[in-house]
Amino acid sequence: MKILVPISVVPDTTSKIAFTDGDTKFNEDGIQWIVNPYDEWYALVRALEITEKDGGTVTVISVGDATAEPVIRKALALGATDAVRVDTKPTESYVVAKELANYAKDKGFDLILLGKETISYNGSEVGGMMAEFLGFPFISLASKLDANGGVATLDRSTETGTEVVEVKLPAVISAAKGMAEQRIPNMRGIMAARTKPLTVVPASGVQGKTSTVKFGLPAAKSSLKLVDPENMDELVRLLHEEAKSI
Amino acid sequence: MAEDRYQHHDYYLIDELLTDEHKLIRDTARAWVKKEVSPIIEDYAQRAQFPRHLLQGLGEIGAFGPYIPQEYGGPGLDQISYGILMQELERCDSGLRSTASVQSSLVMFPIFSYATEAQKQKWLPRLATGELLGCFGLTEPDHGSDPSSMVTNFKDAGDHVILNGAKMWISNAPYADIAVVWAKDEQGVIRGMVVERGMEGFTTPETHGKWSLRASATGELVFDNVKVPKSNLFPDIRGLKGPLSCLNSARYGIAWGALGAALDCYDTALRYSKERIQFGRPIGGFQLQQKKLAEMITEITKAQLLVWRLGVLKNEHRATPQQISMAKRNNVEIALRTAREARQMLGGMGITGEYPIMRHMMNLESVVTYEGTHDIHLLITGMDVTGFNAFI
Ligand SMILES: Cc1cc2nc3c(=O)[nH]c(=O)nc-3n(C[C@H](O)[C@H](O)[C@H](O)COP(=O)(O)OP(=O)(O)OC[C@H]3O[C@@H](n4cnc5c(N)ncnc54)[C@H](O)[C@@H]3O)c2cc1C
Repeated sequence: MKILVPISVVPDTTSKIAFTDGDTKFNEDGIQWIVNPYDEWYALVRALEITEKDGGTVTVISVGDATAEPVIRKALALGATDAVRVDTKPTESYVVAKELANYAKDKGFDLILLGKETISYNGSEVGGMMAEFLGFPFISLASKLDANGGVATLDRSTETGTEVVEVKLPAVISAAKGMAEQRIPNMRGIMAARTKPLTVVPASGVQGKTSTVKFGLPAAKSSLKLVDPENMDELVRLLHEEAKSI
Repeated sequence: MAEDRYQHHDYYLIDELLTDEHKLIRDTARAWVKKEVSPIIEDYAQRAQFPRHLLQGLGEIGAFGPYIPQEYGGPGLDQISYGILMQELERCDSGLRSTASVQSSLVMFPIFSYATEAQKQKWLPRLATGELLGCFGLTEPDHGSDPSSMVTNFKDAGDHVILNGAKMWISNAPYADIAVVWAKDEQGVIRGMVVERGMEGFTTPETHGKWSLRASATGELVFDNVKVPKSNLFPDIRGLKGPLSCLNSARYGIAWGALGAALDCYDTALRYSKERIQFGRPIGGFQLQQKKLAEMITEITKAQLLVWRLGVLKNEHRATPQQISMAKRNNVEIALRTAREARQMLGGMGITGEYPIMRHMMNLESVVTYEGTHDIHLLITGMDVTGFNAFI
């Protein structure tokens, strides 16, 4: 099976979030970049498991400039066969999805597997758009995935229950928690990554359609109030009048 | 132990001096440590148990002989990678790092440097994966800082030698499959050889009751007329420079490693100081606590620059033993001081196994003693700058 795993490069989860240019740009100073955990832990690892068992290749692809390459190398160290970088800034989901689709359209991938969302912008948009551009079916939020004989079977877990879906390949599937377990690269993988191909392809020049007017941080969490266990009336009053939750 | 929330501290942006591969190796080692070791290390240390099941994983992250070339099963990395790996291991526990230091610098390094091709092929690949564990016997009950006076000796007996004597304070000894042993021949010349578990007359009793490096097994090597085949002797190396070259490599790793322990103590104290409220505000807001934290990160930053530069020199084969002594001595010292100050910052919590600081502090008492004591390294620097020998 020939699998394509689009990976997104996102700030490390411990990063301090700040903005520049009148709150229209994310401040990248001092940020450590990682592979988006949903792409890495679930989509990539499951793709590797499938090809380790049944044979095939896993190509990782990222839309980004050269600063994305160390992060892409990690995906290679984890075991991807090869990597592609589409050389343009990933300014918005539409650009990313269309660039990815333009690359993938004549390459004969059986399965395109990516994380359900990025932990940076949480858009959950790229998979669906990509499927549309390619004319493939799109199934989101798969927490379990098996694929063989041109068919994929997957569990979609949502807050309200589980749905088991069967889909003919090729398809685009987005991975949620549970699909696989995080892997840590080993030294053999890191060394092998040195010589695996990372091909840079020029962008096809897709123009964005949106622009950010303003970013804002969520409201700071209000401070903790401790209520004496003897004073339940006060707790009820606070929940009612201040928290407005009862 | 509470969840391992460690975050790296890089006040002078020293990461910019590292390659992408260095950082990938570091992230990998850190992720492995957080997943496999942090959750169990306190328990193993409390019970004074050696977490032997970690050997394979240590091999997989490249911690055994990082600079050993690929043809012998090593990853063939540079010296900075070696340092980074030791730092990540000791960030969790000095005992874990000791296991890897001994295997890398005191067992694989001498086999790689002094053994025959057949010996290298026989042992190095299996040491690199952690299938075999090695130890290094230099110190004796009556000869520590002065190893040249050792009494362990061997006599020629045709196709083998007969080894007698005892080594003490030997890391990994109770579990080791092989021991690199330094002993005197009939002319009193120091030579190295590999003694294998199972050879008749060779035993490795464990040293119990340590308050330090409790998750690393320490023991004796006792040789009672052990027949060692001559093919196990290193053919050419003679004299103290054999073991000293190994110590050089290990000390270099310790300079990086001790810094890992310092970083962990600082990280723990810094986080605690922001979360612990007394007199209505985080204790990090008090000047006395800030003085401690500010001095810690200053010393840590200096130590980071020291080992980075030493790593560059070592990659260029220009690092002198004296420069390595300075880094080992300095970095262990600042780690110990950081641990002591950090422990106080946690108040009563600082003495519990809920936090790693007390364990680091006790571990570092071994680190400041082994591989050349704090005093001995000072004498090395003293002799280097004055030209006068103050050892004897
Ligand atoms: C946990 C642990 C693990 C170890 N692992 C190993 C191992 O794997 N392999 C191995 O071979 N050894 C190992 N050692 C031994 C270690 O290297 C020795 O303990 C160390 O070299 C000091 O020797 P000593 O303990 O005999 O102390 P001594 O040499 O007796 O020193 C006692 C004190 O005297 C001071 N001193 C000695 N000479 C002088 C001098 N000339 N001038 C001023 N002061 C001096 C020392 O600094 C020290 O403070 C280990 C030790 C420990 C604690």
